[in-house]
Amino acid sequence: MTTILLAILIGAAFGAVLDRIGATNPNWIIRMLNLTSLHLMKTILLAIGVGSILMFAGQMAGLVDVGHMSVKAVYVGVAIGGLLLGAGWAASGYCPGTGVCAAASGRYDAWFFIIGGLLGAAAYMLSYPFWKATGLLSGSTMTLGAVPGADYPALINLPGDVVGLAMGVLFVIVAFVLPERLAGQGAPVAAQ
Amino acid sequence: MVLNWKIGGVLLGLVFFAAVLLVKPIGVSTQFVILDAIIGDTVSPGLITQTDQGVTSNNAYLAKSGGKYAKSAANPLNYSFIFVLAMMAGAFTSALLRGGVGADERRLPAIWCANYGDTPVKRYAMAFMGGFVVLYGARLAGGCTSGHMMSGTMQTAISGYIFAAAAFAAAIPVAMKLYPQEG
Repeated sequence: MTTILLAILIGAAFGAVLDRIGATNPNWIIRMLNLTSLHLMKTILLAIGVGSILMFAGQMAGLVDVGHMSVKAVYVGVAIGGLLLGAGWAASGYCPGTGVCAAASGRYDAWFFIIGGLLGAAAYMLSYPFWKATGLLSGSTMTLGAVPGADYPALINLPGDVVGLAMGVLFVIVAFVLPERLAGQGAPVAAQ
Repeated sequence: MVLNWKIGGVLLGLVFFAAVLLVKPIGVSTQFVILDAIIGDTVSPGLITQTDQGVTSNNAYLAKSGGKYAKSAANPLNYSFIFVLAMMAGAFTSALLRGGVGADERRLPAIWCANYGDTPVKRYAMAFMGGFVVLYGARLAGGCTSGHMMSGTMQTAISGYIFAAAAFAAAIPVAMKLYPQEG
């Protein structure tokens, strides 16, 4: 029951924040991807940085359970799937999470995105044996450094919590350094 | 209007942190599979089966990893599925509190009008096809913008970096080609 309560609280907070930062608005997503306004990119980079710093600092202080980490495997399909997702994301202005939130906020096109998404996921379910047979789905989990208390293999031989903290700081710095736009002319689209 | 990126970024970062502190990192795209499985089992009973060993399916994807997807579909009242429903409720409430999305925007986003004029059917077809490719890609990659790009990079997962690089490598040229006008 506690788990369901947490799902409701964290899920609702996530949906509300996605809405308030403009991520549920395809205009902001597309302006980020055609590089005419990087405002949302700066928001996301800062969020990843803040999340990373708090999580790894919390682990170092013994306040955050390392067992709550969940690292996904690296395999060739990650890159192919990433390319596909990127193309569809740019065409529609939605990704899975922001699509469902946008549909809830009343956008008609987001409901078409969800129907397309359900069919795309179903198509993958049916074609899974093909991908499995190609061997492109096999790989292993891996983190940048070796996270103490977790048994993920590491890419570089450094303490993973320190590396994680440093990466978090790097994300925050990039968020601040990134200009408001890289393409187009004139003042960036104003934000409140 | 959207929040200033410094405030919005800190708030979103706090949500990521709360998720990993209390339960597990955020992810969304798996739930499209779970809903598909629920619908599939309703339309064609027998897709999900209960055996002595637990819940499984005659679909190889739902049956993989000890039938964990089949199990979630058999019991939709689980953390990850409720999480996505709660996201929708949160976004709905938030949109309402800031005055709601205007009727014009709900029908057609401004950036679409700036590039393609008043063509709702074309826009809905684009959103449909985009959704298909996004979810096919997300399931092939094993995660989406939430699970790989945000939660993955936050945990220094190599898969997260690779996914993010691939997604932007495709997304930026497609967006620049399809949407040259800012809107």
